[in-house]
Amino acid sequence: MTLRALLLVATALFSIGIYGLLTRRQAVALLLSIEVMANAANLVFVAFARYGGAPGHPLVLFALAITVAEVAVGLALVMLLYRRHGDTLLDLASEAKG
Amino acid sequence: MTEELGFGLLALILVGVPALRVVTSGNLVRAILWLAATLLGTAVLYALLHAAFLAGVQVLTYVGGVVTLMVFGVMVTRKHEGTTFTIDGTGRLRGALAALGFFAVVAAAIVRTDLSALSVVEPPSTQDLAFSLLDRYLLAFEVASVLLLAAIVSAVVLARRRDPAPDPATPRDAAALREGSTP
Repeated sequence: MTLRALLLVATALFSIGIYGLLTRRQAVALLLSIEVMANAANLVFVAFARYGGAPGHPLVLFALAITVAEVAVGLALVMLLYRRHGDTLLDLASEAKG
Repeated sequence: MTEELGFGLLALILVGVPALRVVTSGNLVRAILWLAATLLGTAVLYALLHAAFLAGVQVLTYVGGVVTLMVFGVMVTRKHEGTTFTIDGTGRLRGALAALGFFAVVAAAIVRTDLSALSVVEPPSTQDLAFSLLDRYLLAFEVASVLLLAAIVSAVVLARRRDPAPDPATPRDAAALREGSTP
């Protein structure tokens, strides 16, 4: 059954996203890692819709809409960060630290 | 068994290798292009899973919209050509350990789970999907549209706001760069 292979590939994608999230320091690169992780989740939805008949397709559409919104707001924050500090390293965004 | 192996290998080549390049590439623009490759590979997997509409939506919104947006974001905020990352070695090791640990736990759970009760089902057609979106998932559909509106408005507000008090540590040429980059 290819479902197991798909689930393993999706897990590998999610792990790759975790690695990127933990090692990157550039704000846009973190957004890229989050995209990879969201993509893995969508892949699992579609896989279970094919094997087992879970209603995954509408969920994938909603997840796409949420991801697009997240990217738009995230990139606006990156622009703000760049305007304040002249760079997009996340270490610069430490003003809210208590 | 051979089908499973072949499918897994295909999926790894289509999706896994580009994803790995996304998180290891030192050049930000290259990482974004590898992300586009990852998303295209996922669209191929969707098509193989009889989700043709989702494959099309994936190409249109992700590869067409999100990747373009990200390239713009990098181009506007980039100081110099070929931006590289500063990643220290211990952080990389820790990240790899965390990712491998997560993969080991979840993969062990997947391998041990008995999936034989699940059978192959023909996914809903595009028509069924449209009907379900405007019938069963109508509330979620409307909430998603409100969320998108809020996100667009907030993105415009965030990106347009003029800084009242620029950071004193910021050199003056950053302001000049900003004036020069906006049309």
